[in-house]
Amino acid sequence: MAGAVNRLSRFNMTALALGFAFLYLPIVILVIYSFNASRLVNVWGGWSLRWYVEFFNDRAMLEAAWMSLRVAAVSATLATLLGTLAAIGLARGERFAGRALFSGMLYSPLVMPEVISGLSLLLLFVALNAERGFWTVTVAHTTLTMCFVAVVVQSRLTSLDRSLEEAAMDLGCNPVKAFVMVTLPLILPAIVAGWMLAFTLSLDDVVIASFTTGPGSATLPIRIYSEVRLGVKPEINAICTLVIALITVLIVVASVASRLSSSQGESAAPL
Amino acid sequence: MSTRRIFARPARYATIAPYLWMALFFLVPFGFVLKISLSQTAIAQPPYTPVFDLGEGWEAFKAAFEQLSLDNFRLLLSDNLYILSYLRSLVVAVTSTLILLVIGYPIAYGMARLPQRWQGIAMILVIVPFWTSFLIRIYAWINILQHDGLLNQILLALHLVSGPVAWLSTDTAMYIGIVYSYLPFMILPLYATLAKMDRTLLEAAEDLGASPAKAFWLVTFPLSLPGVGAGVLLCVIPIVGEFVIPDLLAGSNSLMIGQTLWLEFFTNKDWPVASAVAIALLLLLVPPLLLYDRLQRRQIEGGR
Repeated sequence: MAGAVNRLSRFNMTALALGFAFLYLPIVILVIYSFNASRLVNVWGGWSLRWYVEFFNDRAMLEAAWMSLRVAAVSATLATLLGTLAAIGLARGERFAGRALFSGMLYSPLVMPEVISGLSLLLLFVALNAERGFWTVTVAHTTLTMCFVAVVVQSRLTSLDRSLEEAAMDLGCNPVKAFVMVTLPLILPAIVAGWMLAFTLSLDDVVIASFTTGPGSATLPIRIYSEVRLGVKPEINAICTLVIALITVLIVVASVASRLSSSQGESAAPL
Repeated sequence: MSTRRIFARPARYATIAPYLWMALFFLVPFGFVLKISLSQTAIAQPPYTPVFDLGEGWEAFKAAFEQLSLDNFRLLLSDNLYILSYLRSLVVAVTSTLILLVIGYPIAYGMARLPQRWQGIAMILVIVPFWTSFLIRIYAWINILQHDGLLNQILLALHLVSGPVAWLSTDTAMYIGIVYSYLPFMILPLYATLAKMDRTLLEAAEDLGASPAKAFWLVTFPLSLPGVGAGVLLCVIPIVGEFVIPDLLAGSNSLMIGQTLWLEFFTNKDWPVASAVAIALLLLLVPPLLLYDRLQRRQIEGGR
């Protein structure tokens, strides 16, 4: 029995159509213009791969891209390990001393302004006399992204039916074995999704990387950012399109992975 | 002993590594920010006078303690530049969060009204932009908003304006960029509460003679307030400290606090003042952060 209030009104449809157009049109336009043959960014000169060729001949840009990919891969892997452990502790550890502090430390980086996280990590690295470069950026990104992994994995663990673990233990598994044999396969899709989220977040970060990197080791976003400040360049369109393509592939893989896991928990963060 | 309790012990051991990691790389650094905000600016590498070194014993510690100075904080209060950029950050954060709420609510509402099988797709469509690079999305808007960009081309072709409008380096551009970047953060918590809502309540309101508008304001909106709170906090806290969007899209005549911090650090190389700005910003954010922390814990742990 659907009353008038349950139907999708014209107003709802308009809101949805405008909303999604707003979200997607700018990206679509960027992708189209990356194939523009003209040097003038906004004059259409026919289809061309010219700016992609330009990018693959730009040594400095390529080096930055390589640095970013390495940082993203290493920090996402570390973050997935640490974030999953943290999620297990929060979802299964019941009450323990320092739990509130622990969850506070894990949740606040999700909204903490990046300028604060970046500055504070840099001051730590200076105090520790650490040489700034690949490892400092990697550690910084791990710290930020492990929190996102923890939230994704924890909400999956919380929504999971615990009687499976308990059955395994009743049948004689010790807790570690029950976890590895029963729980881990069930949360694997969330762990994979967490890794990819960590990877894309790391690939995207300008502010924290600017604070924590050293001379001569710029990441791709730092380079893009400094180019963008000087104005729009067609080559940047091409680079951005390549990054979007890479992330799209990752999202498709992630959504296939999460298709395998059925229900998702809800959290306040859009994950 | 219940199985859950037996399970809990190894689970607690799992927190050791992430606990230590977050303590070292998230908590301890704030101590350094505080310490350096109390030190004096120096032309050196690193550019501040050392405040204290625990290795030098109690006397040295006492001497150093007496040297701590609140000069940097006094500077923040005495120079209009800092106060104005704090105020601007607050105004921008509150204004853009309100715009986000007004735009995000109808979208989330529409999503919750979609047939079940479309809701999942709509949700993925909202999440995908969050995953694609944030910097790239800002850059996409620079493309559109620049002097000879698509927006001006369209407006000129439609004869809506007589000459190209300067969109870039204006507050309008900055608000477009912020709303665009944070929209998923507003939509998803709103959608989560609206989708869970019991529709029979609305039917009851309708049966009792309430107009759709009245039913919305008396039933739907009050019930969606937890989602509104989550969305507002997820947007307002990071926007206060936003750097990249105002730096790329807004004009340079008035700065947000994140930009001021960046300027002090990278351009003026004044680490103590940058640290003082960070501490002051952090103090401003503590109440909303605590609120957010409570909300997040309740959301994830499901009213345990």
